[in-house]
Amino acid sequence: MTALQAQALWKYYGDFAALQQVSFEFAAGSCVALLGRNGAGKTTLLRILAGLSQASEGEVSILGGNPRQATVRSRIGIIGHGIGIYDELSAEENLFTFARLYSVQNAAAAVDLWLERTDLARVRRGLAREFSRGMRQRLAIARAFLHNPTFLILDEPFTSLDDRAIALLQSLLRDALASGATVVLSTHQLREALELATHVLLLNRGKLAFTGERTAEMLANPGWVYQHYGEPPASASPVNGEAA
Amino acid sequence: MNYLRQIGAVAGKDLRSELRTKEALNASLSFAVVILLLFSFVVDPDSEMLEQMSGGLLWMVFAFSGTLILNRGFARELPNDCLDALIASPIPGSALFLGKAIANFTLIAIIQIICFPVFGILYNLTWTAQLPMLAAVSALATWSMATLGTMFGALTVNMQLRELMLPMLIYPMLIPALMAAMQLTTLLVSGQPIDAEHQIWLRVLIAFDIIFTSLAAMLVETVLVG
Repeated sequence: MTALQAQALWKYYGDFAALQQVSFEFAAGSCVALLGRNGAGKTTLLRILAGLSQASEGEVSILGGNPRQATVRSRIGIIGHGIGIYDELSAEENLFTFARLYSVQNAAAAVDLWLERTDLARVRRGLAREFSRGMRQRLAIARAFLHNPTFLILDEPFTSLDDRAIALLQSLLRDALASGATVVLSTHQLREALELATHVLLLNRGKLAFTGERTAEMLANPGWVYQHYGEPPASASPVNGEAA
Repeated sequence: MNYLRQIGAVAGKDLRSELRTKEALNASLSFAVVILLLFSFVVDPDSEMLEQMSGGLLWMVFAFSGTLILNRGFARELPNDCLDALIASPIPGSALFLGKAIANFTLIAIIQIICFPVFGILYNLTWTAQLPMLAAVSALATWSMATLGTMFGALTVNMQLRELMLPMLIYPMLIPALMAAMQLTTLLVSGQPIDAEHQIWLRVLIAFDIIFTSLAAMLVETVLVG
């Protein structure tokens, strides 16, 4: 079953085309590593997939529907650039708010479970603004997973996470993939992403440069896909003796 | 039922956040009280003119101080990109709008509940003779402010000059509701009931609320997502 499909996506900011004719399709249970250098269009694409922005042209289908449909959104979990939690609310209040927004059945049990899993149960009544960076990040992870999403959209999820939060997120993503969820994650941390990924999608200046299965070569050399399909590095020196 | 819970979740978290920081409430309340105080030096409390201008004075105060609260409505979502988390959730745009509008309405109402007695004391006026009707008119006019302010707050949330833009956008649109509120409040504060001649202003307020609540609830998702 196709979980994610994009057809001829274009996104303009004024005259600038941030995405140009991007098309792809992935089956349910895939873990897609969305790669590309800064400004390649990764965040723009993820925002369209998440229903936070409309494509200027083209169609997106997630789990068989439009990302703006409430039934589709209720099955999507998102970790974006910001952590998406309210500083003036406690950990518990933050999770209860999102449990109600996602109409989670038995919200109290779900909140308890995720506070335990993210090791925040002992500070459940503490305000988020008083938390350390790592604790805030774990709360954001709890928020994203609270409603048992079957489609996860993660924009540079490992950036600025501490070791504990990285381990937690990796373990949760593995569990989600094992249960058949589909994951799309953009990252510059290639090794972490490629270890999880079943597929790779490379954007280059808004255009699709490569899409396909993650191969053993990519895992052995995380820079492989950039060297073969991406832009040359800024210094213009060939990487590993090959011109890109 | 889920729809009401979602509205409650948005309104509840906004009110809880604001009551913890009191960021907008303190600014709005002190601004309102200072204006009332300054005008009390200008107007003779025994004059007939005071009764005639009481509605205008009160609603000018509420309109100006209210925008300090309305400005915070969507701006509260900016730290940590909470707005994205909110828009990405399955809550309908209309529920998001209604939750925010209810929170704004409640906060402006708190300012009014404090300002009416302050007004009565400073201007030596007995304003409670038509209290139930005055409360109803205030609620209708405050809902007008809350709906327009919430809608335009969504529109201006990503603008750098949103504190300036929001009042510039809402005041012209709010004129019919403000005029109605001023007329009716002047009448009620002076102890007179709403007569047949003034019924039209009540109808204006009700129509304004119905039209702008419906429009805003339909359009807010387009405004936020494009």
